[in-house]
Amino acid sequence: MKFSIRNGHLVDPANQVDGVRDLYVADGYVVGVGKAPDGFTADREIDAGGQVVCPGLVDLSVRLREPGQEHKATIASELDAAVSSGITSVCCQPDTKPVLDNPAVAELIHQRALNNDLCRILPLAALTQGLAGQTLTDMNALKEIGCIGVSNANADMNNAEVLRRALEYASSCNLTVHLFCEDPCLKNDGVVHEGALGTRLGLPGIPATAETLSVSRALLLACQTGARVHLSRITCAGSIDLIARARDHGLPVSADTGICHLHLNDTEVDNFNTQCHLDPPLRTETDRLALLQALSDGVIQAICSDHQPHDNDAKAAPFSLSEPGASTIEHLLGLVMKLVREEYLTLVDAIAALTHHPAAIVMPDLGRLDVDRPADVCIFHPGKTFTIDRRSMISAGKNTPFDGWELPATVTHTLIDGRLVYTVD
Amino acid sequence: MTHANIQLDENGHLKHFLSIYGLDRGLLLSILDHARSFAGVGDRAVKKVPLLRGKTIVNLFFEPSTRTRTTFELAAKRLSADVLNINISTSATKKGESLFDTLQTLEAMHCDMFVVRHANSGAAHFIAGKVAPHISVINGGDGRHSHPTQAMLDMFTIQQHKPDFTRLKVAIVGDILHSRVARSEIHALATLGAEEIRVIGPKTLIPTDIEAMGPRVFHNLEQGLEDVDVVIMLRLQNERMCSALLPSEHEYFHLYGLTEKKLANARADAIVMHPGPINRGIEIDSSVADGRQSVILQQVSHGIAVRMAVMAMTMGSLADTPTLESRDEV
Repeated sequence: MKFSIRNGHLVDPANQVDGVRDLYVADGYVVGVGKAPDGFTADREIDAGGQVVCPGLVDLSVRLREPGQEHKATIASELDAAVSSGITSVCCQPDTKPVLDNPAVAELIHQRALNNDLCRILPLAALTQGLAGQTLTDMNALKEIGCIGVSNANADMNNAEVLRRALEYASSCNLTVHLFCEDPCLKNDGVVHEGALGTRLGLPGIPATAETLSVSRALLLACQTGARVHLSRITCAGSIDLIARARDHGLPVSADTGICHLHLNDTEVDNFNTQCHLDPPLRTETDRLALLQALSDGVIQAICSDHQPHDNDAKAAPFSLSEPGASTIEHLLGLVMKLVREEYLTLVDAIAALTHHPAAIVMPDLGRLDVDRPADVCIFHPGKTFTIDRRSMISAGKNTPFDGWELPATVTHTLIDGRLVYTVD
Repeated sequence: MTHANIQLDENGHLKHFLSIYGLDRGLLLSILDHARSFAGVGDRAVKKVPLLRGKTIVNLFFEPSTRTRTTFELAAKRLSADVLNINISTSATKKGESLFDTLQTLEAMHCDMFVVRHANSGAAHFIAGKVAPHISVINGGDGRHSHPTQAMLDMFTIQQHKPDFTRLKVAIVGDILHSRVARSEIHALATLGAEEIRVIGPKTLIPTDIEAMGPRVFHNLEQGLEDVDVVIMLRLQNERMCSALLPSEHEYFHLYGLTEKKLANARADAIVMHPGPINRGIEIDSSVADGRQSVILQQVSHGIAVRMAVMAMTMGSLADTPTLESRDEV
């Protein structure tokens, strides 16, 4: 299938493209930018006038809930939701049931993804067996079957000796280690940011030091072991200072943050709003603004959805007993474009944080649109608003903190490997 | 959010009683006024008024309690309501789903009011958000969040001795971190216009940013008690001892236990309160607990009158409760 995508505003940060260019796609690859290759005839022409054409989005942290929690969501339901937001690759965390710590589970996910034939799944394998933080997984075997990195999801990696050895071993296998930083002892039974509102509501708090202490430990061990470390879902201003300093000293560490933390702060949990029960918790407004600044400054490179779909019962409980997480995957692009509309981010920085930068961490061939790259493309209307209604969400998880929000962008087409997998037409 | 004030009905009357936060001074004063009118009922030969005759009140206790449950039960019976006590150990209800199921089962029995105690903050709000519109919910204590009837019976007790809240300095001493009583008292005292609210305890037991709720923080008991009119001692749970929070009972009593000597720092006419049950020799010396300044036993009897007032008000069984505005006119 050959496509010509005409008259669109092409934003391809990896190639410093930011202007009206036509894009030509054939047999799964980009074959021309700005100008068609000789003898090119399109099977289908997409008029992208007035729209933005960019690389397909790469989401560094999602939960698909399959295998094991199909009552919450399935690979099929969540990939449908993903492509509707222009997402073409998702990194799924290994905390499935059973845990993605052996090739059989990786193979199962791979097969279900093939059956579904929509979005790319880039699995993160477990760093330790059963995510128990004690014994390393067969990382090399997991890599050979297609896992693009290792992660201990949100589970405890508090034994510094195990973490050190895991970093060393992953490094030997040339695997990036995605670390979620939250000291389990300081977190204790915490469910919200430790601050004035948590105190008033009597909800146990998670101090910022639960993250910053864990980040500093990760940075020191990354420095010692030479491992490639990606810090997943950073929330605190204090962490940003630590990461900036480490990067200034030449440590090749990368970081992302979740979309909820760029829009919401800790005051949202007032009235025991369980839709805003997240882990990591929503932090202060100062932290939120620091995260946005860090994205502009390049200290944090990527924005992920941190998609965690839940069944309704999971949120219908007293706050501490409700399950943390928000269903965000299908609103990722719209929510990021809202930040562009509000002038927190430039369009190019925003697209880079969703495409080129996350791809560079997991699969550098993706997230860019130069000739001979896989044709993963997102086309969206930057002026066409869309109002979130939880009842009509595509994701099986209706647990959004953004119900009723108006988003300033609507995806019109998503292509993966040159195949049109989503269109509003 | 539409449920910002879930406690009030569309006319501004008390529908649920979940937390002091969100209620205005006029409403708190009318609770105290009504409590005063009920205070005499216990002294009569027939200790009953027929205000809630034919109503069914369920004491739904997910956490063990003797004193609170008993006074709620007595309050309900003195209002002529039928009372059902249900004790559900938290271990038996593993998740919120079963809490929801329990509620539905009870609703099907045509109950009119739930009095809820639960180990998790926000449980009473959760239940109030789920029940049928005709049902009222009273919070009998939820996690560390709120224990509003305890706070109001303490306000009632204070008012009996010190009628003008605006001239009061009040110190709350002990485990503020885990205390729903302290949080509710701070809101109540602030709403009633207390001149100064202090919290006193080691840093490990003072929650982060408590100052945002109004009080001044002291870590030294003698300094914190200086010139106060009311001293409220909190119960220290045994499990806090010998942990990262506190080293030993001996050291705690030495630093924060209320003795006659330390009490001498307060005003000579200061009253001493405690929500009970007291740990003698840990947070309070027996000579103080039983001394002339102690009003601890009065608190217990006031508990019945205050709970009668709140139950009758939430069931709409009393004449219009005066608002702050109408009160100011008279």
